[in-house]
Formats: sequence, structure tokens, C-alpha cells
Amino acid sequence: MHKITRTDTASSVVGLSNVHKSFGALKVLNGVSFEVNRGEVLVLIGRSGSGKSTALRCIDRFETIDSGEIVVCGHRVSDPKLNLRALRQDVGIVFQSYNLFPHLTIEENITLAPCSVKGISKAQAKEQARRVLAQVGLEDKLHQYPEQLSGGQQQRAAIARSLAMQPKVMLFDEVTSALDPELTGEVLKVIEALAADGMTMVMVTHEMGFARGIANRVVFMHHGKVHETGPAAILTSPATPELAQFVGTGL
Amino acid sequence: MNLNLDFATIFERWPAFLQGALLTLQLAFIATALGTVIGVLGAIGRRSSHPIVARICGIYVEVIRNTPLLVQIFLVYFGLASLGLKFSAFAVAAAALTINVGAYTTEIIRAGFDSIPRGQIEAAEGLALSRAQIYWYVVMWPAIEKVYPSLTSQFVLLMLASSVTSQISAEELTAVANYIQSDTYRAFETYILVAIVYIILSLVMRAGFWLLGLVIFPRRRRLGTPL
Repeated sequence: MHKITRTDTASSVVGLSNVHKSFGALKVLNGVSFEVNRGEVLVLIGRSGSGKSTALRCIDRFETIDSGEIVVCGHRVSDPKLNLRALRQDVGIVFQSYNLFPHLTIEENITLAPCSVKGISKAQAKEQARRVLAQVGLEDKLHQYPEQLSGGQQQRAAIARSLAMQPKVMLFDEVTSALDPELTGEVLKVIEALAADGMTMVMVTHEMGFARGIANRVVFMHHGKVHETGPAAILTSPATPELAQFVGTGL
Repeated sequence: MNLNLDFATIFERWPAFLQGALLTLQLAFIATALGTVIGVLGAIGRRSSHPIVARICGIYVEVIRNTPLLVQIFLVYFGLASLGLKFSAFAVAAAALTINVGAYTTEIIRAGFDSIPRGQIEAAEGLALSRAQIYWYVVMWPAIEKVYPSLTSQFVLLMLASSVTSQISAEELTAVANYIQSDTYRAFETYILVAIVYIILSLVMRAGFWLLGLVIFPRRRRLGTPL
């Protein structure tokens, strides 16, 4: 049988190896390693405080690490001489609190970075804004302001804003935690569509059902370490008692 | 009590009052425009991670906010004179008022900058915007929109405070009034009229700021809600 091996290092988009990180005396990451290959969806799960959000934020250098190595799209993130803006052109990140710019229309939110960072023309950027908004089902909201949108719509607009930079990998940090179940559903649908399109993604989520459906790989974090990792199947048949307990309460 | 008011002799001098009022507005306009620039730069400086820059901006704000405007005006006036530099009273008045209002504006705008949630800046950083771009697009405009009422009050206050520059004989409204009342011996009438003119100037300035706000804050114009 011919099977594509997804551990091929050439296709590695995100790699963490033996990452340590402390906030003061508190050890948040205690030797974390994992790898994400092109087109793969990696889901980080774990209790609050287990280090999963910190691990995600380290990928985009929103946190600096104490030791270990992180390589993202060829950028050595742990290198102090890292070209931060080059890294962030390759990585899109979406936050729990949307963080749309409230004084700008949805279109302006989306065109801001492509125009000012990539230097593409206004007309081109607007055309692209229309395209990414259609992708998240919000083409009619182009000229609205964020406060005129529901939470779910704002989060989809935030995803569109990230997509407009054409990132090679997308990070999602508990993007549905502030939403009710109905709005959560519409955001998750957008993320599923992205996955189906082959977008490489790393996401932190508490939506276990969703994780099971979308993850190529699940990383269960516990006390700052990768406690158990494997395909989505580990969520239904966990090998460690900690994961069993976690999904037992989560499902 | 025998109150005998005679406005007729005062009204005759209306061109002088108008001239003074226009000069007051000019002073206010110059100090507002330059003060805003100083305020933005000062606020950025105060938040700078560079300790010396932050310190210098902090000292500037504290020195200005803890000394009387009249003393500041005299310091600029006599300071320039003792350096052998000769400037018109108007230029000195404009400079002193700018330095003064710049410090207050720095504090107001800094408060606006501080009110921008960390998440906004992270989102902008995540989109690879540069520091300067983040300040310009993501921090400054919403910050100024949030503190716009405070800024308006501060600049109106500055216009009123410009009456103090009559002390170095800048020919603004109060200086004109001083001159006319000593000429006509109608002091009470003169200052009643001047007070009314100041009220009109304040209203004109507030209207101007309101109109400007409609232009520079399109979201507010369309939705009418505070940011």
C-alpha cells in the first residue's frame, strides 16, 4: 500500500523540540516537543494551566522561550536575531477575543495588513477582502463595523483578516471559548472548511467533539509536558489515566 | 447703588475687539495644532521602553503641570531675551502656550494610549505590522477618539488661558480690553463685553472640534456610539 508519510521532515511546518518556559517560578512548559506537517491539523488539549496556550503563543513568538528550539516555516523562532515580521507574515493567529480593530470597517480591518505590510494596491486588497469574506460567509458585512456583528461573525471576520495575509500556517487560540453553542458552530464550520482546503493549523480548543472530527493529531498537555499524543482516536480510547479523566469530563 | 452702564463708547471700539479676538483664536489654533503633535510624541515618549526618553518626557510633563502658566510665559520671554534672541510678543506667547498645552496633551493622549487593550496590539503584531504602523493605525486613532472630549476641553481651556499672555503685551483679546478700559474708563462694560466674546470663542472652538470629530472619526459619524 502506498501511504504518504506525514513525518517527512521536509514538509514540517512547525517544530518544537524540548521547549522550556517559566513565568517567574512557575514552570509552564517543561520540555515540550511536537511537530506539525504541511496540511496537518494539530489540536492541543489539556486542562487550564497545562501550558497549551503558552505553547501555541510561543510558535508566533508572543512568548519567548527559556530553552529548546522552535522552527516555523524555516524561521528559527528561538533565535534572538529572528526576523519577527517575516515570521508573522507566514503565521496567522486568531485569538479568543477576536481583537478586530473597532474603529475600522471589516474591509479596512482586512486590507490594513496586506496594504501596509505587503504593499499591495488598495484595489487588489479590496478584491482579496471580498474573497476571504466570502470564504467565511460574510461578504455582506464588508462595510460594517465590528460592533455591528455578532460574536461569531466577528470571529469569522478575524479569521478572514488572518487569511488575507495568506499565511502558511494558522494558529487558533481557543477561538470559540467566548461564544454560545450556536455561534461556536458557525465558527467551527469555517475552520473545518479551511482544514478541508489543506490549511496547516494548530489549535487550542475545549471542543472535544470538534477536535475528534478535525484533528490529524492530538497533543494532550499535562503539567507543562506532552502527556499523550496520537491520532484523534486517542480521544475515544486514551492510553493514560489522565487523558481518560480529561476526556471523560470533556465529552 | 447706582449702576450706570454705558456700552456705546465700548461698542465704538469693535474693530479693536475683533482684532484681539482673531489674535486669540490664532494663538489657540497654533498652540492646539503644535500641542497635539507634541502630545502624541510626548505620549509615545512616556511609554517608551527607553528609560532616558521616558524620563525626559516625564520631567517635561511634571515641570509644566506644576508651575503657573504666567511664570512659564515669563521664562520663555526673558529666557529668549537674555539669549539675545528677539521675537515678537505674539511668537513668544504662541511658543509658551504650545509648550504648556503640549504637556497636558501628553498626559491626556497617554491615558488614551493606555486604554487600548493589549489584544489589539497583539492582533496587529500577529499581522506583521511594524511598531510605527501599529502606533499609527491601531493605537493612535482609537486612543484620540476615546480622549477627544478631554482634548476639546483642554484646548478650550488653553484658549481662555491665553488671556494671560496680555502680560507680555501680546495684542490678544484681554490686552485689547486692558487698553480700551484704561482709555475709556469703562472697565466694567469692557470686561462684560470681553467675557461675552470669550464665551462666543469657546462655543466656536467646541463647534469646530465637533465638526473635526465627524471628519476624522467616520465610525462615530456613522454609528454615533462611543468607542
